[in-house]
Amino acid sequence: MAKKQYAFYPGCSSQKGASASNYLTSVESMCKTLDIQLTEIPDWNCCGASIGYGEAGELPRHVMNARNFALAETNLPGQDIVATCAACWLGAKESKERIEHSSLLLADTQEALKEAGLQIKVMPEIRHMAEVLVEDFGFEELGKHVKNPLKGLKFAGYVGCQTNRPFGIAGENFENPMYLDKIIETMGGEAVPYDQKVTCCGGALAFSEPEKAQAQIKDIVESAYDNGAEMIVTPCPLCQANVEIYQGHINNKYNTKFNIPVLYYSQLMTIAYGGSAKDAGLNGQVIRAPKLEAIAK
Amino acid sequence: MSANQQMAAKYKNSFLKEVEDQVEMGEWVKMCMQCGVCSGSCPTNFHPGWEHPPQEIFMMIRAGKREEVLTSPSMWMCTSCYNCIVRCPRKLPITHIMHGLANYAHRLGVAPKGQPTRAFSKLFWNNAIATGRVNELKLSIGLYFKDAEGKINIGQGIKQGLAMQKVALGLLKAKRLNPFEIFGGHKCKDQKGIHAMLKKARELEEKRKAIKA
Repeated sequence: MAKKQYAFYPGCSSQKGASASNYLTSVESMCKTLDIQLTEIPDWNCCGASIGYGEAGELPRHVMNARNFALAETNLPGQDIVATCAACWLGAKESKERIEHSSLLLADTQEALKEAGLQIKVMPEIRHMAEVLVEDFGFEELGKHVKNPLKGLKFAGYVGCQTNRPFGIAGENFENPMYLDKIIETMGGEAVPYDQKVTCCGGALAFSEPEKAQAQIKDIVESAYDNGAEMIVTPCPLCQANVEIYQGHINNKYNTKFNIPVLYYSQLMTIAYGGSAKDAGLNGQVIRAPKLEAIAK
Repeated sequence: MSANQQMAAKYKNSFLKEVEDQVEMGEWVKMCMQCGVCSGSCPTNFHPGWEHPPQEIFMMIRAGKREEVLTSPSMWMCTSCYNCIVRCPRKLPITHIMHGLANYAHRLGVAPKGQPTRAFSKLFWNNAIATGRVNELKLSIGLYFKDAEGKINIGQGIKQGLAMQKVALGLLKAKRLNPFEIFGGHKCKDQKGIHAMLKKARELEEKRKAIKA
């Protein structure tokens, strides 16, 4: 296949030294194998995330995303914007939808953008990396690059909320999306049945109301164990962090013994494509994944 | 007269009209048919639930219960999981209406004081727009060392910092938390442009809302 090019929106959490920096490491390795060229949108800014709602108001949120659209379109014309973070993707897609729906909002957005010396002329498409994999490649093509199948490893595919609702991946079901399970299986692993696949991890409430979020995380982890999973896999940076880093707190509170690794789909793909543990950013796990490290080349 | 009193006076007996004009996606409220699927689908409605779950809020708006709605902590329970939106049989954008109501109550200064998610939302947005990108270290420090009113509280910070010690050490070791972010960290180049753009956006939004009122 010919090289595919996208305007890349990595998002705040993927930056060096930030909470999802290991996600970016693995995405870069995965893209090398798939011959995907990601060009960072120059000077991109934060999407505002969902939690910005209380302080931001509507137009300020949309203009933050609109600035990225204008920067992408000016510097990387014709390329779809691709986000790896669920919240970046959702926030940007939401703003695009609203601005396209209302000529008043578009006019206000353009007027605000003028202050930063920018304008939107063509509205770019906004896509999640999972969409790129499923739609622009397809499972068959993704499977062709597997050199080191994840044989015998059992994963709980935790899709979570924001790559699934309200937009989701085309053709998928909100209650039981299958694309993540299919990616796991395409990489040679086993996707266990998982009834907490689309349960919310608590999102930003993990920071503001940790007890509420941790009660949800407990269900998510417990179900993975109950179904025989050895690792949890997710496409979302906040799902990954929330489900991984609070297992110790949950153990103290609920007297459990949770210690299950939580990985990104791109880490599995990097290992299955013959990459090393370092290529997959496995050294970035707070709960290490020894079974995946053991089979890495 | 406070902003809250001004709006209450302007809209007199129609809180529904006020919500339709002033709250993001407020025009959808009248479409609710009280089935309760939103409340049954909400992850935080179970431990321990909302004071008034979404369909109750919708009915209270129609019943003119202005103060009860705006001062309720309910809307701040939203985790932005969007389950209510995709399950609503009448396709109300419930998540956005909850965010909109919370934001409106916050703007009027009547949202519950000390509500932790209200405080975190403010902290997050101000952190993000300061340089154009989130500084995760400053966000965490702000979260643990400031009380819900935004005042520095060293005692609380040390206590919560200790509780978070293992989590922070784990992240440091995995190179997913960078102590040097305290000296600035990641940022956008055109901060001036971003600030000017946001200032304009706030002005325009206020103007639109004022025309409706």
